[in-house]
This record gives sequence, C-alpha cells and structure tokens, in this order.
Amino acid sequence: MAVGNERTSAATRTSISVAVTGSGGAGVMTAGNMLLETAAKVGWYGLMVRSNGPQIRGGEAAALCRIACHPIETLDDRFDILIAVDWENIHRFADEITLGAAGLMVGDPDQGDPPEIYAKSGARYERLGIKTMAKAIRGSWPNMIVLGMAAGLIGLPRDAVKAVVEGSLKKARDAMAASLAAVDAGYDSAVKIEGIPKLAQPAPRAGSRWLITGNQAVGYGAIRGGVRFVAGYPITPATEVLEWLAPALAQVGGVLVQAEDELASINMIIGASFGGVPSLTATAGPGLSLMIEALGLAVAAEVPVVVVDVMRGGPSTGIPAKSEQSDISIAVNGMHGDAPRIVVAPNSLADCLTATQWAVHLAEALQSPAIVLSDQFFGQTRAVVDRPADGAFTSQRLAAAANTEGYRRYALTESGISPMAIPGTPGIAYTADGLSHTERGIPSSGAKDHAAQLAKRERKLLGHEYGEYWADIEGDGDTAVVTFGSSTGPAREALARAAADGVSTRMVSMRLLSPAQPDKLAAALAGVKRVLVVEQNYGGQFLKYLRSEFQLPGEVRSFRRPGPLPIRVEEVHRELVKWSRP
Amino acid sequence: MKAKKSAAKPAAAQARPRKIAAAGGAKSRPGTGIASIDELMAYAYALELEASERYAEFADAMEAHNNREVAELFRKLARIEHRHAEQVLEEMGWLSPPPAPHGGYKWEGFEAPETGDVGELHYLMRPYHALQIALHNEKRAYVFFSSLVNQARNAKVKTAAEEMKQEEAEHVRLIEEWIKRTPKPDSDWAIDPDPPALAD
Amino acid sequence: MSPGTTAATTTVTSTAIASAPLTARDFKSDYNPIWCPGCGDFSVLFAFTRAFASLGLRPENTAVISGIGCSSRIPAYLTSYGFHGVHGRSLAAAAGLKLARPDLTVVVASGDGDGYSIGGNHFMHACRRNVDMTYVVMDNHVYGMTKGQPSPTTEPDWDSKLSPGGTGLRTFHPLVIALAAGANFVGRAFSGDPKGTGDMIAEAIKTPGFSFIEVLSPCVTFRPEQREWRQAVRPAPVTTTDDPARAARLIMSDDGFNIGILYRGDRKPYQPPMGHGTKGPADLEKGFAI
Repeated sequence: MAVGNERTSAATRTSISVAVTGSGGAGVMTAGNMLLETAAKVGWYGLMVRSNGPQIRGGEAAALCRIACHPIETLDDRFDILIAVDWENIHRFADEITLGAAGLMVGDPDQGDPPEIYAKSGARYERLGIKTMAKAIRGSWPNMIVLGMAAGLIGLPRDAVKAVVEGSLKKARDAMAASLAAVDAGYDSAVKIEGIPKLAQPAPRAGSRWLITGNQAVGYGAIRGGVRFVAGYPITPATEVLEWLAPALAQVGGVLVQAEDELASINMIIGASFGGVPSLTATAGPGLSLMIEALGLAVAAEVPVVVVDVMRGGPSTGIPAKSEQSDISIAVNGMHGDAPRIVVAPNSLADCLTATQWAVHLAEALQSPAIVLSDQFFGQTRAVVDRPADGAFTSQRLAAAANTEGYRRYALTESGISPMAIPGTPGIAYTADGLSHTERGIPSSGAKDHAAQLAKRERKLLGHEYGEYWADIEGDGDTAVVTFGSSTGPAREALARAAADGVSTRMVSMRLLSPAQPDKLAAALAGVKRVLVVEQNYGGQFLKYLRSEFQLPGEVRSFRRPGPLPIRVEEVHRELVKWSRP
Repeated sequence: MKAKKSAAKPAAAQARPRKIAAAGGAKSRPGTGIASIDELMAYAYALELEASERYAEFADAMEAHNNREVAELFRKLARIEHRHAEQVLEEMGWLSPPPAPHGGYKWEGFEAPETGDVGELHYLMRPYHALQIALHNEKRAYVFFSSLVNQARNAKVKTAAEEMKQEEAEHVRLIEEWIKRTPKPDSDWAIDPDPPALAD
Repeated sequence: MSPGTTAATTTVTSTAIASAPLTARDFKSDYNPIWCPGCGDFSVLFAFTRAFASLGLRPENTAVISGIGCSSRIPAYLTSYGFHGVHGRSLAAAAGLKLARPDLTVVVASGDGDGYSIGGNHFMHACRRNVDMTYVVMDNHVYGMTKGQPSPTTEPDWDSKLSPGGTGLRTFHPLVIALAAGANFVGRAFSGDPKGTGDMIAEAIKTPGFSFIEVLSPCVTFRPEQREWRQAVRPAPVTTTDDPARAARLIMSDDGFNIGILYRGDRKPYQPPMGHGTKGPADLEKGFAI
C-alpha cells in the first residue's frame, strides 16, 4: 500500500486533508460530503468524519475530510487545510483538527481572527469573505462557496464539483444556478492562493468502487449473509444500521421491527431464529449490556443470532457520538455461566460488510450467537472503498430432516453441531431450553448431561475451521503490532511509514476474537521479539484478553488511549520506531 | 390549567378557532379586582419583569445555538424590559418588588402579555423575527392596559392605566421604528443544508 | 424520621434551613440548556422551577431523576439534586431513592420514548406500587435525541426511516395505562401553558402517592407540525374525579388533547417505615444461638 502523504512532486501530494467548520445553518456537512463525492467520481479515494457540538441543529459542526490517491482507512495526523465559515465554539474541535506550520487556514474576515488555539499552530492564514461572497450571489449558500474553495485548493476539477452539485440538489433552476455560481466563486478565489499543494492524479483502477458508511456496510453484509429478520431499538451510533435495513429488508422479503427496547430486540430475534429465519440486531454498549442474559439463552439453547455492537465511548452512557474500543471484555467474557460465543471484529470500513456476512454465516453454521464489534468511527464515517468481493459466506444452518426416528435436538455429535428442527417440520418437534438439558432437550440438572452439553457447545466452536479470514497478517520483521478493529487503519499506515524508514514491522489485525485462535496467532508471530498491542481504550482490554488466551512472544508493550480522539498514525509510528531502535 | 374551567362552553369553544388566549388561563377578565394604583403597578412590574426574564432565556437559547446576532438582540430587549420594571419601582417609590395579588396574577392568556412564547423561536431566526416577537408582545401589553382602562373601577386606576397604555403605545412605536431599520430576511432564511446532528 | 438504628452507616436526614422563601429563579441552574430553540421542554423547565418555588421546596431536599433523551437532560438545568441515569429506568431509581429517603421530594422526568417504550414495564409497576413521587413525561411523539424514530405515542401513519410509511401500530395511551395500573393522580398538561403546567406539577407533588402528568411538549425539529397543538388542546370538559370508574370512562374516550387533572384518588402511598427499627443487629443473633 502506498504511504500516505507522499510528495510526488513539489506541488502534488498523494493525500490531502481538509477540515471545514461552521455553525448554524452553514451547511458544512453537506459541503464535506460533496467534496468527498466529487473526489470519488473522479477516481480518488477518501473518507469523511463528522464532528459536532451537542446541539441537534445549529451547533458548531466540522466535516473532516481526507482525499487520497490510494485507499485510506484513517484520518491523517494533521489537516493541511482548515476552512472556517465562522469560528463559533471551534475550540471544541481543537484536539481533532490539528494544523501544522505547513497548513493553511481560510477564514472570513467578518468573523474575526482565528482563535488563539488555531493561530498558535503557525499555519498560514488567508482571508476570504465567504459570507459576503455568498450574499453577493442571490440564493446561494456559504457552504457552496466553501465547497468550491476546497475543491480549488486541492485541485479537484471544477466541472466535477459542479456535476456533483447538480446531481445532489433537487432545487428549482434559480437555486441551482446560484449554487453553481457560488461554487465557481469559491473555486476562483482559491486558485488565487499560491503555494498550496494539489492532489496527485489517481492511478487508474480496475473494479468498481463504493461510497458507503460502515453502518450501511454492516446492514448490507447482514442481507448478503442471509438475514431476513431484524428487531432493533434506536441507539447512537447504531441507529443507521437499522434505518438502512428497514427498507432494504422489505425489498428482499424480510422484516424489520422497532422493538420497545433492547431486551425485546434480542428476545425477538431469538424467537425469529428459533423459527428458522436468520436474524440480527444492531446496538451499542448500553444495549449490549441489556442483551447479555438473552445471549446466554441463545448459547444454551443453541439458537443462532447476530448482535452488532457499534462501540462508543463508555462506560455507562459514556460518550455516545464518539468511538472507542472498550467493549472487548463484555463481548468475549460477558455472560454468566460457561458460555462460549463468537466475536468478530471488522478491521476496516469496507470490512464491516464482509465481517458481518461472515458472522451471520458462523452463527448459522455453528448455531451460536455471534457478536460483531464495529465502532462509531466505522459506523458513521463515509468512505470511498473498493467494492468488497462477493463472499462465499452464506448461512447454512444444519436443519434436521422430517420424521427423523428418535430425533435428539442436542445430540452429542462429533463436531458438536446437531441438526436443528425448524418449526413446521413434522415428527421432530422439540422444546428449546435455557435450562441445562439432555440430548433430547428435556431439562436436566444431572452432572453428566451438564458436562456433556458444555463440552458439545465448546467443541462445536473450537472444532470449526475458520480459515484465513481470522486475521490479516502483513509485513515481516521481529517487531509486531497486534490489534483489531479501527486501530488497524492507523497501525497499517504506521507500518508503511516505518517501512519507508527502513524499519520492517509485522502486523496481525485480528478479526476473530472469539473463539481464540492461539495456535494461529503463535504461527503468525513466529520469530517476533517485540509485540506492540494497539487499542483504543483505557484499561487495555484487548491486551488482557490476549494474555489470558494466547501466548505472546518476547517483550510486550501496550499502546492505548480511550476515546474520544482517534489513535493517530504518527503515534503508532513513533512507538514502533522508538522500540525498534533502542 | 385549572380543572375548574367550566363545562359551560365546550361546544362553542370548539366552534371558533382557538388561540392561546381563548383556550387557556383563568376565565375571569384580566386584571379583575384591580382597585388601586398599587395593584395596577404591581401588574405592570410583573409584566415587565417576566418579559425581561423570558428575553434573557431566549438569548441563552440563541447563544447555545451560535446565533450571536439574535442572542445579542434578545439581551438588549431583556435589558430594556428590566429597565421598565425598575422604572415602575422608582415611580412608585418601592424599595423591593411588590407581592403578587392574592390568588396570583390574572392575565388574558397563559402568561403575562409581554412574555414571549418560546414556541416562536427558530435557531436560524434573524433579528427581524426577534423584533416581530417583541412587537407582538408590546401590542399585547397595549391591549392589556386598554382593557384595564375599560374595566377600571375608579378614576385613579383608570388614569394610571391610561398612562401605562400610552407608554406601551410608545414602546410599540419604538419597536416599529427599530423594525424599519432592520433588514428583512431573505425567503430562504430557515434553510439549513445539513441534516440534524447526532448529539448524544 | 427517627433514627432508631445504631448501624455503622450514618442515617442521613434532611435538615430544614430557616431562610427566605426561594423564587423560581433560584431553582434554575447556570447550565444553559442545549434544547433546540422552540422546544417545549423550556416551558416544562420553567414549570418545574415555578412549582418547586410555589411549594416552598428547597433544592437540597428535592431530587429530580431522569433517564435518557432530550427531556431527560432537565436535572442538570435545576439546582436540586439530580440523577441522570440509564434509558428507561428512572422510575426504578426514583422508587429506590424515595423508599430509602422518604424525607426527600422525588420528581421523575422522562420522555415518551424513555418512559413508555423501554420504561413501559416500570411505568406500570410504579403506578401500581404507588410510592409518593411525581412523574412528568414530556411527550413529543418522537425519539428526538436519536434523530426522529417513532415512539409509542407516534401516530401510526407518521413516516420515518425506521418505519417507512408509518408503524401501523395503535398508539400507546399512557393515561389509560396509568389509571388501570393504579396511579393515584393522573393529569395532562401542555407546555404552551407553562404556568398551568407548573400549577399541575405543584398539585401532583402535594398529592400523596404516585402522581403522573403527561405534558404535551412539541418537538420543533422533528415534529414541526406540532405547533398546531396549541389549537388542538382544550381544557378537559369535566372536573377532576376521584372515582376510578368514572375516570376510566372519561379516559377511554380521550383524544389526547384534554388538559387538566383527570383523576385524583386517595390511595395511601406505599412507604415501608425506613429507619424505625426497634432492635440492633446484635439482637438478631438470638435466632441462631443454640
């Protein structure tokens, strides 16, 4: 993968980051989205993260964009350009929008000077009368000026921007004309600013690409995996999974129900799955906590279900609109009793689709609940991705044949997977039970039955061949980064930077967290002397999990930080370089 | 809302379009029982003070939504109304605010006539809109004192009410002047290209 | 409350502080609400401050418990003690507080999502249990904080992303449920009348037992059409009754816009005596001694 931010020539770069901020109707999110869409259409890659104040409308808002010639999975360490429609409460974004001395700030002189917190970055400051320009074109909006400006500064073709504006706005002709004129005005003002590096031309790519959010990808992965019943309850930042699935499921003949709460959601999908229909729900930490008891039921009764946890800042209500990787413990351990379960963590935005699809497949094949650990960064970031390949993973529940003589639902098979009777099938009706039970499913408090069923349920998960997809193993060297989820993006880019510095590093980005694959990890880390565990939480949950279930070779260090700020490439890079050259 | 609202005219009430004034509040005539200047001026004081406090709340709400211009305008209105309230105290020689009448103030609608309705706010509103709210408030205050003139039980109260009415008329005029100096918003003032944000 | 125990833990009581009566303003905190301008909840906040002041309550003896949602932000905007808990469980937390500390005035704030959806079970049982507290639900027929999903009181044909074309489900009738489950005080208010709402809240607090007020409080952002509620609401065409059967008949034909205290009974509140023990822990040993 190409290293981010190369200077391919004095005036071009392979990655540029633009932040657009404003409040109260400035429309910066729309501007950011259109910038991303323009880049996408012309052939670049990119992503956009949204950040805002606590107000539902009119609050301070920041559209954080990164456009690149190659696929990118994370924001860059710095922003090259900050365009501020106004400076209202912009200090809120100071930790997220770091500018270097080489950066450029564009502000409206009518809005005053940049606040100290930005001025001290040493970035160049250009004044452009954004609001005046917008007013001068009747019916136009500041965000169209800003869109034109941003595009002009980074070198997106003018016509491409205007085509996106035309395609997006369903407006009367006058309003459209005004918007386009505003884009032109912004673009013209930008090209006057000299010395700003432009995006290098993207290499031509084969294959189609998508513009998608992680939450949408999860939804589509579910449908591809065969899910046809969803029950859910709104919770930030998972609601969009449900909102995307509602019409999509209906189109493919499925059903989505808004339940009264998460307890109802999880029990509904267990019910639907008992009935033979692959089922799923999406929630966040607080919702997952509520679902824990019922997940135990799904384990004990061997009913497949998938719960997508779009992780956010915790504990408790925490920081709902920001990302964190702090639900590992509850996902891998959080159930009473001995309750093994499947935990899958997508490690890129596009991977949200495949990982969810895989989780559905595993849940169905192994008749077990599966938890998908996505997070807010994936969920609500919009990115240009290569179209994910059509996965081979589909749901393949082992259904029992009608009228099987002496049918035993929980038969002690070698694999641990026993054929499941689907209601409607004659001669093999049974009662599913969370109580400890016999092979036939009759409640039993007997020691033999209990031990046998515990072993069966463990055997079926451990005996499954999970294949290559359990992790991404990249690079080489005797220093290795072990990580998962959205920490993979910064880690991957850090590896590339280290390689460019002549430091060779390995990375294992784990997708299958549970059941643990200690042999596979040991093989992946063969010859490694130093392991850096990277995760976005305070207590080192992933590190602790690794220590409890795996063998980590050599010296182990932890790089971790809780949300709300993302882990930066330079931070991981610094750790790697520091460690490799004592 | 008092449940003692009589069952006398539910049908009639539904027949005509209901405004806040007709739908709620005490059913007895506003200002009923004002027998002295002291009581009248207590009403005047409460009216101005409530208006001032409400404008201050409006200013806070606007500020929290980064609408500085309108926030400042509401703060100014709050100061003006507060000054009016202080003037009542000064004129009456009161060292502290007067007590509320027994049974509370009886206004025409749900609240004192000069008190802005929170439902009129919009996070993108322009100064022009804020002044329209102020104008509406002043006009209601004028109507209130007019009706007090008509209901006045004695000559002293009538005269005092008439003076208050004239003052409110002056306030109406001042707001109208202010509005003339204030640019009218464009037709698209309420458009926000961005969807609502996920707050928490 | 008499401290009859000699337990190791201190028994906390509230102490009356003699001072000048507080005004409504004394109950409003410095924290600037972030509700959208135009939100009905501003008026409910005002109503709370007015009610507390009119009853001569003190911030230190008053606790406002809430769940999750726009309306649940309200405790921080008051100077009383507050508890901003998890989604839907405010009634349980409030019951715990009141049972353990009967000397406090306990008020619960919720919304139609928090209170009637995830909180539905607790709602039923809180009415039945009849602990002395006041439950104010700000109903705007929508999940506002998560950007516009239908709630149990949303009209069946309201289009949303989560339920395209509408839920098609009958709306929840909270007053009916409250009455049937045994609430001692059932009323409905409208945020467009902040003073009336404040007066009703004061009545509810004064009334022993579980008092429930549903406040119609429009959502200016996701349900702007609710501005029309000011035209739709009317004073309830009946007087408050203490006859549950009569109240039941009236409520069954309620269209959701009748404002007033519809029912006020005299059920004795549930309050086991806290802190009135006659024995010490040492005395309990006798049951084991051989």
